[in-house]
Amino acid sequence: MAEERKVSRKTFVNWLLGTSLGATVAAALYPVFRYVLPPEVAEAPTNRVLAGKLSELPPNSGKIFRFGAKPGILVRTPAGEVRAFSGICTHLNCTVQYRSDFQHIWCACHNGHYDLQGKNIQGPPPRPLEAFKVDIVGDDIYVTRGA
Amino acid sequence: MKLLEKLWRALDERYDLQPLLAFAKEKSVPCHRHDWMYYFGGLTLFFFAVQVATGILLLLYYRPTAEAAFESVQFMMTRVPFGWLIRSIHSWSANLMIASAFVHMFTVFFSGAYVKPRELTWWTGAALLLLALGFGFSGYLLPWNELAFFATRVGTDMVSKVPFVGHWLLKVLRGGEDVTGATLTRFFGIHVAVLPMITTFLIVLHLAFIQRQGIHVPEGEKPVRTRPFFPNFVLREAMVWLVGLALLAALAAFFPWELGKKADPFAPAPAGIKPEWYFLFMFETLKLLPAKVAGIEGEILGLAAFTVGGLFWFLAPLWDKRRARGARNPWALAVGWVVLLYIASFTVLSYLGVFK
Repeated sequence: MAEERKVSRKTFVNWLLGTSLGATVAAALYPVFRYVLPPEVAEAPTNRVLAGKLSELPPNSGKIFRFGAKPGILVRTPAGEVRAFSGICTHLNCTVQYRSDFQHIWCACHNGHYDLQGKNIQGPPPRPLEAFKVDIVGDDIYVTRGA
Repeated sequence: MKLLEKLWRALDERYDLQPLLAFAKEKSVPCHRHDWMYYFGGLTLFFFAVQVATGILLLLYYRPTAEAAFESVQFMMTRVPFGWLIRSIHSWSANLMIASAFVHMFTVFFSGAYVKPRELTWWTGAALLLLALGFGFSGYLLPWNELAFFATRVGTDMVSKVPFVGHWLLKVLRGGEDVTGATLTRFFGIHVAVLPMITTFLIVLHLAFIQRQGIHVPEGEKPVRTRPFFPNFVLREAMVWLVGLALLAALAAFFPWELGKKADPFAPAPAGIKPEWYFLFMFETLKLLPAKVAGIEGEILGLAAFTVGGLFWFLAPLWDKRRARGARNPWALAVGWVVLLYIASFTVLSYLGVFK
């Protein structure tokens, strides 16, 4: 005859109290955990913005524009061509700028350099800047994502 | 005097205070060639007390929103009597506290005070240093100026490189995907409630450990004479605090802390941007690392190296068994010197403008 395995009363009470305590702690911590994480804010995706005026952007200059909640950078090359990229450095999230003395894009935070195609050419940035599509309608410069 | 005596007797009758008095009379501190190092923990505590006092005063005028933070600090500095001084003292004292904590940590390391049985004192101390850096990082954002904004963008972006939970941590810290007013409000809560609570608890624990075990005496200095804790050591410590206060007052008055320009999330990072001096060695290292090292992104490699290095330093009581036995450990000393020289040289060279 197989030996009967009995759960002693003490073991049972310990198990009951232990799991109830665990469940109480979990029930208190879960809402805190969820509360700390901010909710997703539904944002209309921005795909096309009016980034600036051609007349305000002379050759060999650049400006930061708003692309939804993120900065973008508009660059007019010394040859007069207009290009647009994400303004966020791929290294550690700073906002880049156009340096007319270097004639290319530069990030002040950790001395990262990008060429006029947005390619990382010097310093710590690991990837190129995301490029946007540029349309010029009259004097208006429109920038579209997904070029 | 009679009144005080009466009060003491009344309290003693109710709470039996004689043993406490006897304890204070008996407590003593060793004296030897290197006993100057015993004052730096206390000096750090002094600057922390200054931080608490001036921090509470700043709370009277500060408003933690993206719209009002910069203006409220500006108002405090230009219109409120002595507002500039209170803020300047808070900023300078923060820096002196971290400097004093670094001196304290290195004296403890070089004297070998961290080995068994004082592992937990070392670990609570290391946690307190991290908390101090957390105070510095979170407090830096609060005036909502240009430098602070980008320092926070960079610092929180580093957190996102943590494997698996990085992006989650980033969102928790920033209160969203980007550094916004939500980040400011969170940092404010962390700076004035969460960190002070944990820090106070750990300071009590850190001091309780020292009280229970007695202060460490370096190997070569035993046996030692002692001096009474009260009043001899307390008066000496008070002198050190006075020097600290004089230095703090001079710095705060002659080099008032600047406010800078209000943060604009749609402006490029300003040229010449750099973090506080105690983060400079990491900052310059990250600048020097190339985009890719053996196929791995440079900054990830750098951050991983800092984490591993920090952990190695933290775990010193576990790998340094020789000093626990009372023997010399030249390897531990070498580690200490390498770390000290690396941090000191990168910080000084950064100020000299050697790194472009």
